[in-house]
Amino acid sequence: MTLSQQILQYLITGVTVGTIYALIGMGFNIIYNSTEIINFAQGEFVMLGGLLTVSSMRILHLPLPFAALVAVIGVALIGTLLNVAAIRPVKDPNPITLIIITIGASIFIRGVASLIWGKDPYPIPAFSGEDPIQFFGAVIQPQSLWVMGVALSIVLGFRQFFGKTITGKAMIASAFQPRAARLVGIDTRFMVLISFALSGLVGAVAGIVIAPMSMTQYDIGVMIGLKGFCAAIIGGLGHFWGVVIGGITLGILESLGAGLISSGYKDAIAFGILLLMLFFRPQGILGKTKGDRV
Amino acid sequence: MRFPPFVRSPYAGFLLFSGMLAVLPLLLTNDYYLNVLIFIGIHAIIAIGLDLLLGYTGQISLGHAAFFGLGAYITGVLSAKASWPPIAGLVVALVGVGILAYVIGIPTLKLHGHYLAMATLGFGIIVQIFFKELDFLTGGPSGLVGIEDMVIFGYEFDSDLKYYYLVCVSLALTLLLSINVVQSRVGRALRAIHGSEVASSVLGVNVSRYKVGIFVLSAVYAAFAGWLYSHYMTFVSPSSFDFMFSIKLVTMVVIGSLGSIWGAIFGAALLTSLPEFLYVFEKYETTVFGLILITVMIFMPKGLLRGVEDAVLAGVRVVRGKGDDK
Repeated sequence: MTLSQQILQYLITGVTVGTIYALIGMGFNIIYNSTEIINFAQGEFVMLGGLLTVSSMRILHLPLPFAALVAVIGVALIGTLLNVAAIRPVKDPNPITLIIITIGASIFIRGVASLIWGKDPYPIPAFSGEDPIQFFGAVIQPQSLWVMGVALSIVLGFRQFFGKTITGKAMIASAFQPRAARLVGIDTRFMVLISFALSGLVGAVAGIVIAPMSMTQYDIGVMIGLKGFCAAIIGGLGHFWGVVIGGITLGILESLGAGLISSGYKDAIAFGILLLMLFFRPQGILGKTKGDRV
Repeated sequence: MRFPPFVRSPYAGFLLFSGMLAVLPLLLTNDYYLNVLIFIGIHAIIAIGLDLLLGYTGQISLGHAAFFGLGAYITGVLSAKASWPPIAGLVVALVGVGILAYVIGIPTLKLHGHYLAMATLGFGIIVQIFFKELDFLTGGPSGLVGIEDMVIFGYEFDSDLKYYYLVCVSLALTLLLSINVVQSRVGRALRAIHGSEVASSVLGVNVSRYKVGIFVLSAVYAAFAGWLYSHYMTFVSPSSFDFMFSIKLVTMVVIGSLGSIWGAIFGAALLTSLPEFLYVFEKYETTVFGLILITVMIFMPKGLLRGVEDAVLAGVRVVRGKGDDK
């Protein structure tokens, strides 16, 4: 392989992984946009998506597409439950309290998952075979195309949802001005509930499409969730297209860094980029600076 | 009933607490508990520092395990690879971590809320990766062996009891310094920053200087605790300083009671001894830990110590209220 082919290969890997980060980051954004909460349990949705699919296939003997559907619905319900059981009862919702609650929830979910599924990794079969596709001397796994295709449909789907449907618009309204939204008759509590369900849905989808490439396990959620959060911050927290750009940028830089510098420092590179971004452009690539109101 | 001023001052509490620490080993039935107490002391030192930052000043850090780890590794490497005496290791660890925290703190503490949480978290993860990857120095993922026992000016701390008293003295010094910080002008400035950064800067408080200063102090506390840890265990490995440990530290402070030094000690004692109580349900430890975190935050967001205090005061008020009825 020549150097340029290698770099092409790293780019392909980077874009694939980056799309996953973007999907997870989108889950963060959906909740952040309607509540200003950063849900540290987002990564656990990803883990649950993969593992519930595995169980639906093994126990219910469902074919992959239906097993995936069961998992997605299941995780959306778990997201709803998280909102009702752990977020709603909070009397004084300041950021530190909420950060700790969602971290507590993530530890709890991970603990329960390790009791149910144990600590072994589980495979999910690739959606459409494993014959690699040649591409200018580099190789593309068919699963990569699935990842990108699914991510693209989700992004477009959400754009339609937030731009065209009345529920989507109501969610944006209650995020933008909760009080005004309530005044025009929007049930903001319900909108928050939906945002947790949708965020669980996106997380689960990300977990299912990535599982054939990297296996799935009770503790994969921590790192992948944090990377998704990095993607959201790099792109601009709460920004719709920003997270896609942020995720892909992060995926590419991480993959190039791991390939050309050292794979041991892969995660350090990702978080290094995050720190640089936070220090020099905390509003993200696409975000606008906001003045602080006193 | 009103107590005389000295009894109400935190120094009375300090003397009482130190006295308790001194006699505690006499009450122990099992030497193993001494080991648990040593860890409680070490964790309490970090928790007090983190409380100054999080509880008093309102700045979260999800990366304090990194400073603890740096303290432990710096002195550990100097001891194991260069046979430096622990005291020299301590000086290098405190100064080194202090400088690093200062350099990191300047850009980091400009951030607020989730951004600050994420930056400190990222820093913690990067440091832990370096512990794993710089294996020629740190021994890599399997850890660093050969750290020498604690010897201070020729005196060897070769039993758990001696080490316990070393940790007690360290904790007492940290406590005294922290009480002084909290009670001084600096402490008032920190609380003002917690209340409102803009208002306090209008009143002439140099907000960024105080925030970075307290960040450095809390990092140095953590490095100090790391020094105690390193020479007690004589072995360190990266997994002791991971993201989860940073979370545990924050939990100690929050569950104890934010903005209360005694709360931080209480939280450290509770969280460090919890696994000992839960060891029967070892499998469920993380699950229970997560559940406790959520429950305390929902029902006692001010922490257990203050939650109980409020409940008692409310009870007293009810009783007194009845007594006052004429």
